[in-house]
Amino acid sequence: MRAIYILCLRQLKRYVRSPARIVGSLGQPIVFLLALGFGLGSVFRRAGAGNYFNFVTPGIIAMGIMFTAVFSGIEIIWDRQFGFLEETLVAPVSRLQIVLGRVLGGAIVAMLQGAAVFAVCLVFGFRFASWLLLPVAIVFMFLISLLFTSIGTAIGSVLQDMQGFPLVMNFLVMPLFFFSDALFPMKGVPKVLEAALRLNPVTYGVDGLRGALSHSFAFSVITDLAVLVVLSSILLSIGSYLFSKIQL
Amino acid sequence: MSEMIVVRDLVKNYGDFCAVSHISFTVQEGAIFGFLGPNGAGKTTTIKMLTTVLEPTSGTLRVNGHDPVHEQKKVRRSFGIVFQDPSLDDELTAFENMDLHGALYGIPRGERARRAQALLELVGLAERQKDFVKQYSGGMKRRLEVARALLHQPRILFLDEPTIGLDPQTRNHIWGYIQTLSKEHGVTVFFTTHYMEEADRVAGDVAVIDHGKIVAQGTPAVLKQQTNTPTLEDAFIALTGHGIRDEEATSADRMRRMAAVWRGRRR
Repeated sequence: MRAIYILCLRQLKRYVRSPARIVGSLGQPIVFLLALGFGLGSVFRRAGAGNYFNFVTPGIIAMGIMFTAVFSGIEIIWDRQFGFLEETLVAPVSRLQIVLGRVLGGAIVAMLQGAAVFAVCLVFGFRFASWLLLPVAIVFMFLISLLFTSIGTAIGSVLQDMQGFPLVMNFLVMPLFFFSDALFPMKGVPKVLEAALRLNPVTYGVDGLRGALSHSFAFSVITDLAVLVVLSSILLSIGSYLFSKIQL
Repeated sequence: MSEMIVVRDLVKNYGDFCAVSHISFTVQEGAIFGFLGPNGAGKTTTIKMLTTVLEPTSGTLRVNGHDPVHEQKKVRRSFGIVFQDPSLDDELTAFENMDLHGALYGIPRGERARRAQALLELVGLAERQKDFVKQYSGGMKRRLEVARALLHQPRILFLDEPTIGLDPQTRNHIWGYIQTLSKEHGVTVFFTTHYMEEADRVAGDVAVIDHGKIVAQGTPAVLKQQTNTPTLEDAFIALTGHGIRDEEATSADRMRRMAAVWRGRRR
C-alpha cells in the first residue's frame, strides 16, 4: 500500500509542479470548445437539437482527460529512458504495486486535467442541468481516466522509445475521440458510423458524462457504467501484465 | 566470512548473440570486488541478472544466499545499487528522492527521514536537500544516488561505473565513503569501472571480462604479475587487446541526446 501511495504521490507532485504542462494541455480542448462550441451552435439550434455548447462540453472534458491519461501512462517510456524505472523495478515491491501506483497516479492527474477543462467550459458559459449529479460525473471522469491511463501503460510497457508516440496519438487516440459521440449526437448518423460509435468505449464515457451533466443519456447510466468498468478492468489487467514483463 | 555473491556457469543469450558466456566467480562478505571489461563486454548484463531485472539463460546465482530468479524480494532487500545511467527523478527534490526510495523499501516514515538526513550529511548534500534534482550537477547527482542506495542498509552495494564523468575530488569522496562502508560496516561492494587506477587502488579482487568470458581473475598484483606489466591498465590492455570496441547506441542514448538538445534550446 505504501508503495502504491508514494508512486501516486510522485505523479501528483510532478503534475502540480509543471504549470506549463497544465496550461499547455488546456490549449487543444479550448480551441475545440471555442471553435466548435460557438461555430456550430447556430446550425445545431436550427436543426432543433438544442444548445450545442452544452452538448459538446462533456466531449471536450473527455478529450482533455484522454490525452492527458494516455500521456501519463506512456510516461513509463520516459522513466525507462531516464533511469527512474530501474530504481522502482529493483525495489522489493511487486510489479503489480508499482503499476497500480503509476496508473492510479496517472488517472488522478488526468482527472484533475479534466476538472481544469471543465472549469474553462463553465467560464465560457456551460450550464449544469443540476449540481446533484456532479458525483456521477466525477465517477465517469475517473473511469475514462483509468481506461486511458491503462491503455497508455500497456503501450508504454511495449514501446522502447518515444518515436512511436505520434503513431499512438494519431492512429489510436484521435480516432477514438472523433469516432465517438463527443462532437455529434449518435442519432441519425450513417449505419457504419453508428456501429463504430457503439464499439467505441469513449462513446459510453461521454454519454455517461453528458447524462450526468445535462440529463440526457443515449444509453442508460447502467450500460455506460458497466461498459467502462469492464473495459477498464480488462485494460488495467493487460497493462499490468505487460508492465510485469518488462526486462531492462 | 561468508560468500555474498556466487556466480556459477552463468550464461545470457540474446537470440544468437551470447552476451555472457559461462562465467563463474565469488565475492566474499565485506570485500570490494572490481568487475572490469571493455565496452559491451557483459558487465552491465551481469549486474542486471544479479539484481533481478534480467533473467539468465542458464547458470546459478546467489546473492546474500538467495536466488535472484526465484527469491526476488529477498535478493532486492539485500542490495543497493548505483546504476550506470542516472536514475533519479529530476522533478523531485533530493529529499523526496530519498523518501520515495525509503517508502518503496518499506521503511517507516520517521525512520526514513532520520536515515535520509544522516546520509545526506555523509555525502555533503544536507544543505541542498530541498533543491530539485534538476538543479544538481553530475557529481551531486552521483553522491545522492550513493546515499539513496544505502538508505535501506543493504549488505551488498552494486556500483556500475559510479565515477564516470566526475572530477577527481568527487571521485575521491565517493571511493572514500565506499571504503569506509566496506571496512567499518562489512558491506560487500561490487563495482565496474573504466578507470584502472581506481580499481587498482580500491579493489581487493578483480575479474576481467571480455566478449562475455572472464579472461583473468585475482588481485590487481597477481594480474600485473601474470601479464608482466607495471600497471593494471597495461595488464588490462594485455588481456583484452588494443582494438576499440563499438557499443551500439541504445534508444536511451538517443533520447538523452535529444533531451539535452531540447534543454539547451530552452535556456
